[in-house]
Amino acid sequence: MFVTHVATTVATETAGQKFTSLALGLVVFAAVFVGILLIASAFKGRTGERVQAIAFVGPTILFIALALVYPAILTIRRAFYSGKFFDLNLGTPRSRGKFVGLENFEKLWTTPGLPEVLRNTALWVILVPLVSTALGLLYAMLIDRAKGEAVAKALIFLPMAISMVGATLIWKFVYNYNGSTNADGTPGTQIGIINAIWTKLGGAPIDFLGTPFINTLALIVILIWIQAGFAMTVLSAAIKAIPDEILEAARMDGVSGFKMFRFITLPSIRSSVIVVLTTIAIGTLKAFDIVQAASGGKLHDSVLANEFYTRSFVTQEPGLGAAIAIVIFVLVMPIIVFNVIQLRKDA
Amino acid sequence: MATVKFDNATRIYPGNDTPSVDKLNIDIQDGEFLVLVGPSGCGKSTSLRMLAGLEEVNGGKIWIGDRDVTDMSPKDRDVAMVFQNYALYPHMTVADNMGFALKIAGVDKSEIRSRVEEAAKILDLTQYLERKPKALSGGQRQRVAMGRAIVRSPQVFLMDEPLSNLDAKLRVQTRTQIASLQRRLGVTTVYVTHDQVEAMTMGDRIALLKDGILQQCASPREMYDKPVNVFVAGFIGSPAMNLVTVPVVDGGVKFGNHALPVDREALAKAGKTVIVGVRPEDVEVTSNQDGLAITVELVEELGADAYVYGTPADKSIELESGDGGIKPFIARVDGRQVPMKGETIYVHPSADHMHVFNKETGVRL
Repeated sequence: MFVTHVATTVATETAGQKFTSLALGLVVFAAVFVGILLIASAFKGRTGERVQAIAFVGPTILFIALALVYPAILTIRRAFYSGKFFDLNLGTPRSRGKFVGLENFEKLWTTPGLPEVLRNTALWVILVPLVSTALGLLYAMLIDRAKGEAVAKALIFLPMAISMVGATLIWKFVYNYNGSTNADGTPGTQIGIINAIWTKLGGAPIDFLGTPFINTLALIVILIWIQAGFAMTVLSAAIKAIPDEILEAARMDGVSGFKMFRFITLPSIRSSVIVVLTTIAIGTLKAFDIVQAASGGKLHDSVLANEFYTRSFVTQEPGLGAAIAIVIFVLVMPIIVFNVIQLRKDA
Repeated sequence: MATVKFDNATRIYPGNDTPSVDKLNIDIQDGEFLVLVGPSGCGKSTSLRMLAGLEEVNGGKIWIGDRDVTDMSPKDRDVAMVFQNYALYPHMTVADNMGFALKIAGVDKSEIRSRVEEAAKILDLTQYLERKPKALSGGQRQRVAMGRAIVRSPQVFLMDEPLSNLDAKLRVQTRTQIASLQRRLGVTTVYVTHDQVEAMTMGDRIALLKDGILQQCASPREMYDKPVNVFVAGFIGSPAMNLVTVPVVDGGVKFGNHALPVDREALAKAGKTVIVGVRPEDVEVTSNQDGLAITVELVEELGADAYVYGTPADKSIELESGDGGIKPFIARVDGRQVPMKGETIYVHPSADHMHVFNKETGVRL
């Protein structure tokens, strides 16, 4: 009832009315906000500072508690229960959630297909950060102070602007495979550019996205393509921040070429490299879209983030899904700790 | 150890019509301390960087010893440079900073260690060898930068305003340390500064540049006593020389109502007016209203002496600074007999210590 009512109101509203109500909403929001701050600023002295601090930080803490901490606690609890529903009390008494201890975590190793997911994820987390950082760094060094630097940078940075799903769709065309054969036994027409070139060279077409292990590598390439631009942008800025005098002093000291990179450039941008590596590693652990858009993880190419979604919402094993979510969280922690320690060392 | 020779060395930055360094000719003796000095933008740093190999040479040649280094890369020139901001490698310890050039050159580790320790002893850095540059004070960093140059025992030291980041007291201290260190090591040194006091106190010879053109290259004493033109006269010496435009009369010039004899041959090369230069310490204050009338505006008491700053009572008389600006007339007087502010004094140069320059060309007559 209510939903249909809202729908009809929205439908009958003109664009102008919508704009007015939007503007009105914003004004009311701003007024409330300003009001709270004004009231807070009315308190003077030490108490005043506290009231102001609460007025500013309070809403954030409230939202974090409601939207992050509370669900996190529920998820952790969920990981120790069986059952098909997120709410542990739903379902018939038989299908209701029961405390099962570490069973869901054991399933990570015992369920067929899941060890493979762990292996795939390890491959992703090792390859994506290392290769995209290396490529980004190489590219940043090559185009530094070269002609047309801005254009060259934009070319590499553009993939960052494409959503992961969009990027996957693009690459699905690149990887496209046609397994049919012509009457004379030659492979059928290939619309995927790699297979098109490969078959022209006389090779048999390769099912990039269908062959286990190869498909994982193929999907890893997509994320590298996206992340290399990020690495390049950050590292290029870091390289430009190295004082000219240091480079000149190094030239006077007889350094050039690779030695310049090894002894001067790389140590100078060390902290940026660490930030890029860890940021990409964390992003990779959470990457779900590429696998989901490519195959849904059905072709032995799944990763933890995708498996978390599948187990939670598709196969209705929310306990196992929660266990996977916790594993992802636990894996991210050491990366963040490493990052913080390294950055503190530099400061 | 080696001589250095700039032979018509010229640098034109891309996109510029006028050269930043124009046909520079300087011969530097083996073991000499040469100071390149001049106002900012005069091309002194560019000249040094050309010698270092960090700047391209567009014309002429540069020689170190009997080697033509014009197109040689920096590392093959066997020169070491001390940068204005020291340019220490922040990720290396002091010892690694100092030994880095030797490490790159493939020198044996124990050899590097002993040479670094030796240099550290000279510079009083021994206890800081394992520190990173950021844990050092400005003066210590400066010494590390010096140490980095010394350790290499190069043929030539190049120093680009190495004292400009130090505070005034430390600058004076380090100034003498560098000068005496250079004499002890006997390494040919080219030193860039914008500070004429540094130039006067440190250099065996000074090369003064303006707009990329060498004005004069001589010993500090000669620069001070016989500046070749108005610019040199105004730049060297502190407080600066007074430069007054005065009319030429028969047999000399008229300084206020005081006639000064000037060599007839010199006058023949002048027009109707000349610029007379007189250093503040060579100004004679007269009691009998003989000379140029100066209204006293400020008296700087220094104890033994006092400096009197004033303007000519006759406003039509021009006072120049070497680079075209207007400045006060300065006279050094006995600290026990100073004129009052607002008083009018009469001054003229002492006859033995005056400098006469052509009004149009600024050249010494």
